[in-house]
Amino acid sequence: MTPPAPPFLRGGENVRLRLAAKGIALLLAFLFAASPTRAWAQDDQPGATGKAIAPPSQLTAKDHPNDTGQAVDLDWHVSADDPPPPATGKVLGYDIYRSFADGSKRDKLTHLAAGSTQYTDRTCKPGTLYLYDVVAVGADDARSEPARLTEPAGGVLQWFNSSRAWFLVILTLVSGGVILFTELAKSGRGVYVREIAGLKAIEEAVGRATEMGRPCLFVPGLQDINETPTVAGIAILSNVAKFTADYDATLEVPTSRSLVMTAARETVHSAYLTTGRPEAYNEDRIYYVTDEQFAYVAYLTGYMVREKPAACFYAGIFFAESLILAETGNLIGAIQIAGTSETSQLPFFVAACDYTLIGEELFAASAYLSGEPHQLGSLKGQDAGKVLAGLLLFAGCLVATLAAIFPDWDIAQETLTYLRVTILGKGASG
Amino acid sequence: MKSTVPWLIAAVTGCVMIVAFFVPVAESWRDEAGIWFEILAAIAFVLGGANLFAQHMQKISARRAGWGYSAITLVTFVVSLTVGVLKVGAFSEKEDYPWAAHYIAEGGALWWLFEYVFNPLQATVFALLAFYVASAAFRAFRAKTTEATVLLTTAFIVLLGRTYAGTWLTSAVPDDYPALTFPGMTAIIMGVFNTAGQRAIMIGIALGVAATSLKVLLGVDRSYLGSDGD
Repeated sequence: MTPPAPPFLRGGENVRLRLAAKGIALLLAFLFAASPTRAWAQDDQPGATGKAIAPPSQLTAKDHPNDTGQAVDLDWHVSADDPPPPATGKVLGYDIYRSFADGSKRDKLTHLAAGSTQYTDRTCKPGTLYLYDVVAVGADDARSEPARLTEPAGGVLQWFNSSRAWFLVILTLVSGGVILFTELAKSGRGVYVREIAGLKAIEEAVGRATEMGRPCLFVPGLQDINETPTVAGIAILSNVAKFTADYDATLEVPTSRSLVMTAARETVHSAYLTTGRPEAYNEDRIYYVTDEQFAYVAYLTGYMVREKPAACFYAGIFFAESLILAETGNLIGAIQIAGTSETSQLPFFVAACDYTLIGEELFAASAYLSGEPHQLGSLKGQDAGKVLAGLLLFAGCLVATLAAIFPDWDIAQETLTYLRVTILGKGASG
Repeated sequence: MKSTVPWLIAAVTGCVMIVAFFVPVAESWRDEAGIWFEILAAIAFVLGGANLFAQHMQKISARRAGWGYSAITLVTFVVSLTVGVLKVGAFSEKEDYPWAAHYIAEGGALWWLFEYVFNPLQATVFALLAFYVASAAFRAFRAKTTEATVLLTTAFIVLLGRTYAGTWLTSAVPDDYPALTFPGMTAIIMGVFNTAGQRAIMIGIALGVAATSLKVLLGVDRSYLGSDGD
């Protein structure tokens, strides 16, 4: 037998009240579930799915150095449930959150893999302070308690990149040396410059071409005029052009860049004016071929085989084409003088050319050939730079040797780290 | 004046680059300077194209030696330019914007020219390098002098050390003496002697670049700008 309903539930009025109470309860439950506060609270609820995860710890935030104040570096210790590999723990990754200093507008920045202990937020506004928190995330979206910052942090604008301070010091010393020796040379102080066989041979090569009635070919490399070796190559072209103007030889300059063609034309024209033979200058001999590396090579080798220039000069930046050009020149019996800043191509030029300008000789050529005191002074400045580099090398080798022999000697280890990290800008291990 | 204005532009741009390297706020200036250079290079490209056209037209009209090559060059130049500018065969997926296709979109005429004409030709020229390496090596490694003999011996060790033959030939050497194997000797030659030599050259190049750049900035060497005449 069914027991009778209590009096307050009997009758139509009680049924309506009961329905209304259910409705309000449902509405409240819905609102509670849908509210952002609730969502956030659930997000961070430790062990929301019943699998409690230990939180990360010791979260710190500091300004990212040497930038415009738009980055903050975060560091933390991993959760106790995130053991180092090969062991696996509950943690699958970490969520990074950021809010304003007053706690408002909390946004997820990123998700990082398990084992992560660092993150750089590069989306900061300079001068704005933020609060960060890191949450460990496990399987089934289980979340740890967040590791929070106690104090807000923000990016600070730096006016000088201090990691490049030593570079500035070295640059200042080298540049100062160049300027000092240039001024000394201008004041009449004699400058001794050793003989560079490759540069001395330029006149001989042009003379031979004149005697044989064949042209001289100058190749200024593959790169544009914004590259310093190309500028150095054009400076050599200026001197080659003076000799060809003097000897009335033909100078052919096919270029792979339009701007190099323009610069080469101006340079050669100027050289012909200087030697008093402007009428011998032929603009059509300096022309653009193509930007494409091997199409340029195909043109040059074709020209060399057909026209058989008696002297070939290569000065600038060269890549794989260096050997193709130099070997073709060798095949046709031309005197070849080459210079490039690409160390990987130097052996090819050495193997196939008569003379090769190695290393700084390419850059010294302009000063050497011009013979102008103020230009020769700059070579002495370079020598001063070499002395400085030699001293640094010696000091570095000495410190590295001492650090290797005495691993417990803190001063040697710290000096070595300072040399590597601060002066050379390498990683601590490298 | 003719060389002073370009020098001033070069000097100001160079100074901007230096400042941008040391001052974080100015880092974007470097990109700005790069964009300006790209604009200049693009304008110069038109100049180069016009020069190419004029040069080869002269050769053809004068029937100079090799004028046939000039004719082929001009035909390919005009064809490539036309199909590239008109985007022949390059169709856009957006029906309302048929011109939105990339000029070298797959299936287009210019893409076809690159894929089936230009790339094989380029690969052919590159492949010639193998023969040139052989002939240059033959000449360079002739043991005529002491230096050439040292070079030949070193090259022989490095070549062997990089092949399985080198490993096999010295496989009897105990593991405690890796430096006596061909791969071990190769590692020492490349890591110590070769690296030391390369670094010495690179330091010289770096100093040369610094000094040349300084001469450009200060206007000490303006030979690349031509004369102040005209």
